[in-house]
Amino acid sequence: MPYLGSEDTVRELRRALSNPNIQSDPLRYRNTILRVIRLMSQGVDVSGLFSEMVKACATVDIVHKKLVYVFLCSYAALNPELSLLVVNTLRKDCQDPNPMVRSLALRNMTNLRLPSLVEYVEQPLTSGLRDRAACVRRVAVLGWAKLYNLQPTTEIDAAVVNELYSLLRDPDPVVMVNCLRALEEILKEEGGVAINKPITHHLLNRLKECDVWGQCEVMKILQRYRPQSEDELFDILSLLDASLVSPHPPVMAATVGLFLSLCSGLPAVGLAALERVRAPLLAACGSVSREMRFTALCHIQLLLRSLPGLMGAHYKRFFCGYAEPAYIKQRKMQVLVELVNDENVSMLLDELKVYCTDVNTNTAQAAISAIGRIGRSYSDRCLEILTGLLGLKQEHITSAVVQTMRDLVWVCPQCSDTVCLALEGCEETLQDSQGRQALLWLLGVYGERVSSAPYTLEMFIDGVRSEASLGVKMELLTATMRLFLCRPAETQDMLGRLLHYCVDEETDMCVHDQALLYYRLLHCGMEETQKVLQGRRSDPSLGVLIGRSTEPVGQWARSFNTLEPLRQSAVETESVSRGSPEHVTFAPKPNTDLPDSLNSSQDEKVPKGSDGANWSKESPADVLASDAITPFSLSLSPALSPEEFERLWLQRQGWHVDEGAEDGDEEKDYVCVEEHIRCPAIPHCSPRSLQAAMQLVNIQTLAFTQPHTLPWRVYLYTHAQHTRSDDTCQSTLVLGELLYTGEADQKTGGETGTGDGETADKIAAEGREQEQVKQREEAVVTGLNGRETARKEREEDRVKVTLKQQAKDEEALRGFLSILTTVLHTLSSERA
Amino acid sequence: MISQVFILSSKGDHLIYKDFRGEAESNVVSVFYEKVTALTGDQPPVVMTHKDLHFIHIRQGGLYWVATTTADSSPFTIIEFLNRLSSLVKDYCGSLSEKSVQMNFALIYELLDEVVDYGYIQTTSSDVLKNFIQTEAVTSRPFSLFDLSNVGLFGAETQQSKVAPSSAATRPIQSSREQGGKSEIFVDVIERMSVVLGSNGVLMKADVEGEIRVKCYMPSCSEMRIGLNEEFSIGKSQLRGYGAAVRVDECSFHQAVKLDEFDTHRILRLCPSQGEQTVMQYQLADDLPSAPPFRLFSTIERDSGGRLLMYLKLRCDLPPKSAAINVSSTIPVPKGSVSLSQELSSPDQSAELRPQSRAIVWQIPRFPGGTQLSALFKLEVSGLSSASMLEVGPVGLSFELPKFTATGLQIRFLRLSPIQPGPSQRWVRYVTHSDSYTIRI
Repeated sequence: MPYLGSEDTVRELRRALSNPNIQSDPLRYRNTILRVIRLMSQGVDVSGLFSEMVKACATVDIVHKKLVYVFLCSYAALNPELSLLVVNTLRKDCQDPNPMVRSLALRNMTNLRLPSLVEYVEQPLTSGLRDRAACVRRVAVLGWAKLYNLQPTTEIDAAVVNELYSLLRDPDPVVMVNCLRALEEILKEEGGVAINKPITHHLLNRLKECDVWGQCEVMKILQRYRPQSEDELFDILSLLDASLVSPHPPVMAATVGLFLSLCSGLPAVGLAALERVRAPLLAACGSVSREMRFTALCHIQLLLRSLPGLMGAHYKRFFCGYAEPAYIKQRKMQVLVELVNDENVSMLLDELKVYCTDVNTNTAQAAISAIGRIGRSYSDRCLEILTGLLGLKQEHITSAVVQTMRDLVWVCPQCSDTVCLALEGCEETLQDSQGRQALLWLLGVYGERVSSAPYTLEMFIDGVRSEASLGVKMELLTATMRLFLCRPAETQDMLGRLLHYCVDEETDMCVHDQALLYYRLLHCGMEETQKVLQGRRSDPSLGVLIGRSTEPVGQWARSFNTLEPLRQSAVETESVSRGSPEHVTFAPKPNTDLPDSLNSSQDEKVPKGSDGANWSKESPADVLASDAITPFSLSLSPALSPEEFERLWLQRQGWHVDEGAEDGDEEKDYVCVEEHIRCPAIPHCSPRSLQAAMQLVNIQTLAFTQPHTLPWRVYLYTHAQHTRSDDTCQSTLVLGELLYTGEADQKTGGETGTGDGETADKIAAEGREQEQVKQREEAVVTGLNGRETARKEREEDRVKVTLKQQAKDEEALRGFLSILTTVLHTLSSERA
Repeated sequence: MISQVFILSSKGDHLIYKDFRGEAESNVVSVFYEKVTALTGDQPPVVMTHKDLHFIHIRQGGLYWVATTTADSSPFTIIEFLNRLSSLVKDYCGSLSEKSVQMNFALIYELLDEVVDYGYIQTTSSDVLKNFIQTEAVTSRPFSLFDLSNVGLFGAETQQSKVAPSSAATRPIQSSREQGGKSEIFVDVIERMSVVLGSNGVLMKADVEGEIRVKCYMPSCSEMRIGLNEEFSIGKSQLRGYGAAVRVDECSFHQAVKLDEFDTHRILRLCPSQGEQTVMQYQLADDLPSAPPFRLFSTIERDSGGRLLMYLKLRCDLPPKSAAINVSSTIPVPKGSVSLSQELSSPDQSAELRPQSRAIVWQIPRFPGGTQLSALFKLEVSGLSSASMLEVGPVGLSFELPKFTATGLQIRFLRLSPIQPGPSQRWVRYVTHSDSYTIRI
């Protein structure tokens, strides 16, 4: 074979090439050259034959010529002197009557890539630009770009640039596109070819003549153009409309890219264009070529970020085919998770359930975590499937399920009961460290509810000597400590053994130090240990529903139709949290940590405040007229967990009952307000859009009832801030409930928000709100005032709003109410 | 912009390597192959990155077709280009395989030279390219008994000889120049079904993607008219004719197709260029005009000896005149399945257990419409539990339905004008493939 004894082969070939008998027989000569090229493409070094091949290039046979040129272009850089001989032949060929020979010579002359030959090449290139044959002009135009890149330091010849600009009017469309490409490269320093109005219109008018590739290239370059008027913009858009639904995916994608850049100032038009490409994108998703399917899928994911409802009705198109490669299946599942809604959730889960037992373990795990993601909104059904999967007792499935459950519990604490039940007996099947870490975390946090938790941990502790994974050891330490706090009697002994082992025998410094830390912590007493270890059990930033707020198109428009969306997969799958959730999510400090949270919230006030101000400028003037005087803003930080909300809310209600009758001339730092807002369509709008709208103005919605159910409720909260004249920034917590009871009689008004010194003391003692102390000092004055008169109207289209404010600030409350009213009105008019 | 293009065999042999811009180092091919082989499984991601080099590759004909490019280039364009390149190579070399690429490397270099210049795609139209490509394709056709089967008993014209041999369309387009008289044109209607059937036989998903492909071996063909069913309709509302409508949801055409007679008579007019091109693509979503071609009835139970018993009945609901060929059903089985004993209803079927893919593969070479086949599989499973039953299913079917279209699209006529001098042959072929046919158990 050629790899062995290649020197002999080269020697033999050299002899053959210089044999006059062979040289005189065109067929044999060509075959010998073929053998040389074959060796070359197999990776054998045949550069030794260069001089023989130079001689061979003087021939009239075109196939022969082409073969020799392939060789010469590959090795010219190694033999600059000998290449000079070739240039002569090539220059002669440039005069050939056959245009094919001329273009061939010109192309290869520029492909030799030798700076020393530039002076010989310039003249033929110049005449090539004016050649009769289009194929020669095509080559000549690109030849200038090659020449320029060979010596980027030299001055650009203005005459050439002008000539290239004038060739944009060449009758041959490929020459035109090549001119664009060449000018892009030559004028790179100046930002590429000049795109002005005449050039743009010329290019657009000739778009039809170009083939698929040319169209893509032109549209990519036109992205730089900014139309001068709206009329012009719409003329261009209507001209491009047909390409938007082109059956060729590259043209479709390039057109979308151009649309997005042209419409960057008109988001609505851009979104309409994206709606239009749904059909061609879906067609590309079903294309024969797997790679094309994948590309289309990745771009659909991109579009869904701005238009979550785009593919809702077509979710079945994203069901996986059983023979599809794993990378497509995983992408499809990611898309499916985005498309879930009340109607299709059972179909989707049925389908995903099937993938969970896929032969490919990666696919199976991706399916399981997809079910977990859906579980954030439909937890019961998903937990049922996940628990069922544990019955399979298969290593990779159990591991994925436990990890998914951990992630789910972190977001939806209400699932914890089911999860705790399911955990029993998992430890036998779990083999990999990721799965065991997840199990340990769950046992640590919910240890008091899993009866077998101490036994499971004991098993782990007994095997700690042979444990290889660092992560598992660390997690084991933390879990045992946590379990010790809630079940000391059962755990004390094993904790002692574990600490003993880790402090005395463990060689890894991380584990050793962690154990030492815990040991010393225990010395500080139970209280301290509890404070450190009993952190959050759930992610407070997410609330009950995971709001998938829609991103503006501008966020991803730049990466559309580039390689970026295709690569993201690697990043995403890695970030699907390995390690316990506390480390992954950006969890705020436990609220015992007073000074820290004070700092963080102050940091955030400034940007949030300015956001709010911007927003208020755009909103209808009548609403916020009063707020124009005092800068006012809403903020979501510090976050409030659902449990905390519930506690606060109920606490306030308690006061109502007990002390509602007392009239407040005492100190108050808490206000309750009821108001009715007229917004008929609100109870019928989807939770997602409501939440998105609320988040836009920094109101966090915590819980919903499903649309169309009665009574319909939404719970929400925010922090209202406004700066007083003396530049002190003041913040209050506002809790709210929207209630819609339909035609049923609405109980209105009547209730009075009160408070007294005692409650204020209670709150302060809790130390929950950092502003508390300050508030108490300030909250000396007014009586019952936040109470807006509740109008006793019984019209069905009114939504009752109950607001509870902690740390009373009437102005802020009014501001909040007006913002809320605006949002609800806007939403309701959109629906109508 | 494409920096380099190379073709690798599945074993990593360098078949073709062309550097268009001279910017990257020459060891990129081995870098790419290392990246591919470093991954487990045979499905490397489409885009891979090495320093600031980006590899995009496709798999066609068992080969890796790779382009290196910059981060901001369009993946749609490059993948479409690689697909187009491979189909050009197929057109010019007759077929796509490691061997044909190896034998025709000179031709492929010549093609690449004309198709891409300095990393910019110049043209991929076979009409333009045919003027530039001078090298003859080398083909190797192994001797095949199939060629003899065209000759009937005692040389009589048989029904068979009216059917184009399957090898007819796998020859290089240029050979028509030499063979002269042998000018042929193939019009293929190819549909791909993806179906999900519920365990109770309810159709849960049914999509059909179809295309009309023209493969032309005529040196000069000025115009061709393809007549589709008169009652062909697009979209939900539009209905035509009195007969059963042939309906599709979306439909798109090659830009060379003239549609002036399409609205009234459903006629496509075009001037086909040499080689293969897709004239029309269409999709039908969530609907099948006829019953799904296969249904499965299954009973799965554990017997007293701890074995898993599977009774499967597969029914083919095609019209009695047509038949499915190369039917292969994949039945996932529980992990830990050790051995399989089988009872199949006819001797030409076969079934085997593939522990690697954890599945039984049941093959049926020919399955006439309106018939029913049954199979009994007894599986020895170690550690069989009731939960293991969850792992059985869904069954995936792959098959080919020759002379059948799922949408019912037919070609009424195929006319060439002006009438070709000398004998010319026109072939119309229909086939429906299973893209993905899944039956839940």
